[in-house]
Amino acid sequence: MSPESSSVTETAVEAATERRLNMIEAINEALDIMLARDPDVIIMGEDVGYFGGVFRATAGLQAKHGKTRVFDTPISECGIIGVAVGMGAYGLRPVPEIQFADYIYPGLDQLISEAARLRYRSAGDYIAPLTVRSPFGGGIFGGQTHSQSPEALFTHVSGLKTVIPSTPHDAKGLLIAAIEDNDPVIFFEPKRIYNGPFSGFYDKPVEPWKKHPDSIVPEGYYRIPLGKARTVREGEAMTILAYGTMVHVVEAVAREKGVDAEILDLRTLVPLDIEAIEASVEKTGRCMIVHEATRTSGFGAELSALVTERCFYHLEAPVERVTGFDTPYPHSLEWAYFPGPVRIGEAIDKLLSE
Amino acid sequence: MAEEAQPANLAASGGKANRPALALHVPEPKYRPGDTVDFSDIDIGKAGAQPRPDESAHPSEMGELAYSLIRVLGEDNQAHGPWNPRLDADTLRAMLGHMAMVRAFDERMFRGQRQGKTSFYMKCTGEEATSIAPAMALASDDMVFPSYRQQGILIARGYPLIEMINQIYSNKADKLKGRQLPIMYSSREHSFFSISGNLATQCPQAVGWAMASACRGDSRIAASWVGEGSTAEGDFHSACTFAAVYNAPVILNVVNNQWAISSFSGFAGAERTTFAARGLGYGIAALRVDGNDALACYAAAQWAANRARGNHGPTLIEYFTYRAEGHSTSDDPSGYRSAQEREEWPLGDPVMRLKNHLIASGEWDEERQAAMDLACAEKVKETTKEAEKNGILGHGLHHPFHTMFEDVYEELPWHLEEQAEQAIRERITKFGSERPFG
Ligand SMILES: Cc1ncc(C[n+]2csc(CCOP(=O)(O)OP(=O)(O)O)c2C)c(N)n1
Ligand SMILES: [Mg+2]
Repeated sequence: MSPESSSVTETAVEAATERRLNMIEAINEALDIMLARDPDVIIMGEDVGYFGGVFRATAGLQAKHGKTRVFDTPISECGIIGVAVGMGAYGLRPVPEIQFADYIYPGLDQLISEAARLRYRSAGDYIAPLTVRSPFGGGIFGGQTHSQSPEALFTHVSGLKTVIPSTPHDAKGLLIAAIEDNDPVIFFEPKRIYNGPFSGFYDKPVEPWKKHPDSIVPEGYYRIPLGKARTVREGEAMTILAYGTMVHVVEAVAREKGVDAEILDLRTLVPLDIEAIEASVEKTGRCMIVHEATRTSGFGAELSALVTERCFYHLEAPVERVTGFDTPYPHSLEWAYFPGPVRIGEAIDKLLSE
Repeated sequence: MAEEAQPANLAASGGKANRPALALHVPEPKYRPGDTVDFSDIDIGKAGAQPRPDESAHPSEMGELAYSLIRVLGEDNQAHGPWNPRLDADTLRAMLGHMAMVRAFDERMFRGQRQGKTSFYMKCTGEEATSIAPAMALASDDMVFPSYRQQGILIARGYPLIEMINQIYSNKADKLKGRQLPIMYSSREHSFFSISGNLATQCPQAVGWAMASACRGDSRIAASWVGEGSTAEGDFHSACTFAAVYNAPVILNVVNNQWAISSFSGFAGAERTTFAARGLGYGIAALRVDGNDALACYAAAQWAANRARGNHGPTLIEYFTYRAEGHSTSDDPSGYRSAQEREEWPLGDPVMRLKNHLIASGEWDEERQAAMDLACAEKVKETTKEAEKNGILGHGLHHPFHTMFEDVYEELPWHLEEQAEQAIRERITKFGSERPFG
């Protein structure tokens, strides 16, 4: 399916309905639709079956689609991803869940050496059409093993696609596109915004999704093409590149500071929407990159290099990166670690003053 | 020749006429919420019935012990058979005291989380014997690599309660500097390895420590604890392989509490065989023990420790027990299992069983028990109050921001120094400079 035709479908359905879902509900609905549409889709992971997942993303799916379509697995991430590769070789389209991104590491050999390279090494004889879903990111006092943002480990691997939604609307459309994609996709779900679009002001009450326009989720099937960024808001003063939770944080900070920033939600890190980035940076002449992940060799480094290489003569200031610190995610100092409004605000001031 | 080629041709053409359709088996626990529970099918055997082989026995001579249950405490509250460790009354009372303390501690910390004093807690209710008894059977300088449910080891080794609470509250006195999720303790002084959130990673580490001890001609041994669900991780199997290959002086404890969050033990392979039997496949001595029988737990651990110390190699011990409460403060088990399971559990409650044994032996009574329970609750309450003076999570009394950047490396590289300055600057922007705990 081409990007054009899917965006037509998207708009057509959207006009017809106004349902509001949180991100978990939207993900659950995408899974439900794909289980119904495609008999090759199967869902598996730790606690995803009867119980419906520790975040409830697969709630009700086993009861509806049966135990051989949606099932619990042994606690072995290596096994989960390895059998998903085998199922893919048979012709199924597995959607394994890794309970927390922090626990994906035992599965990395199967993901990096196997799933990511299967198409290449067999010259297309075999493919690995799996979508690995996993909650990631911090802000829930989860300590170092329930908070990490390891996306750059995956964007560094040739053959993997990396997708990160930031709204219920996108989560559903992107997940459907990821499942239909014939390449292995890492689908990281920002768990901090499962229930509401976190602004980064942790001491203010959390808004539920229901008040956010992007909680309007069309019924039925629609896809959002992988590799297309979303313009969150247009602006002239600077371009801010973000994804996941940080989209909402930068939006709130830009609003608070009254900065005319253009915010791009990348949605897919690989393949990247380089055209949208170039067009925006050429217009604004300033670029800031924000992610929660650690800084060194983070995806921001790749973005910064790309913007510098491709938009150098349009830049009026060096590219700014705002990130998490290069430490494990701390427990008690979670909010000192998190790249929140103060860190982002400071970077905005710096970028504008140059 | 032509006939031999037929099956392949059939498969290629999709001809399956003579072959049965395959079916995927997905395990299912016997009972779900609301179900009436009947555990009479679980064969618990008889206390005292299991033979106790010599500690140097070859694993193949003692295979039966991987399938039955080693039990000492009988229905009559007496200790039976060759596995009776014959502990004196003082030791038994100390053991009971540790178990009561762990229970009181769990109660209070769980409540503290509910009251918003911290983010997370995990109880070990019903499983106290599986950590306290082995900890008492080991020497205090034997190295332990626990999972997150072995608070009993720290209590048995005399780790100060206040340090545990400071860690749980992530406060300014927390020895782990507020870095770790509550209950992820560490104490080198108590030969207690830093707890990881990543399951089963401690198993090969324990083997490595034991190998190192053997390399050096030391006399100390190592032990790891892992949940039955976590035995599915590759790390556990690597541990078994290395332990077997190097005949490592290590005890690999598997706490089979029947559940791994919402997944019953069948998802770790329990429908097919026991967890102890895993050891036999590797050529490791294996014992399967009534995990609610503190005397049996002690005896098994003591047997394994003697075996390791005598250079006879590793032992895998499965403690057959039951997770009486939810997985953690984040879990509500009423969504996936029958509440009756706990009541019907055929091996009872480890604290009650040890208490009843001491009473039956004339070494204890209900009055003393009640007084001890009260004293434990009081001690925990007082210590909690004391710890609260150092702060609770999220109320400002934390370690200075600079500590966040320390210990990433031995020395702070330039980029972390810059980031530390950034963090402190942000704090001043947000709160002004008068905040005491920068
Ligand atoms: C590598 C890894 N995968 C998944 C998890 C999430 N997780 C934490 S505890 C747990 C269940 C473990 O069950 P079990 O091993 O039986 O131990 P128990 O909790 O019963 O003591 C799971 C899946 C994790 N911590 N680490
Ligand atoms: Mg368990």
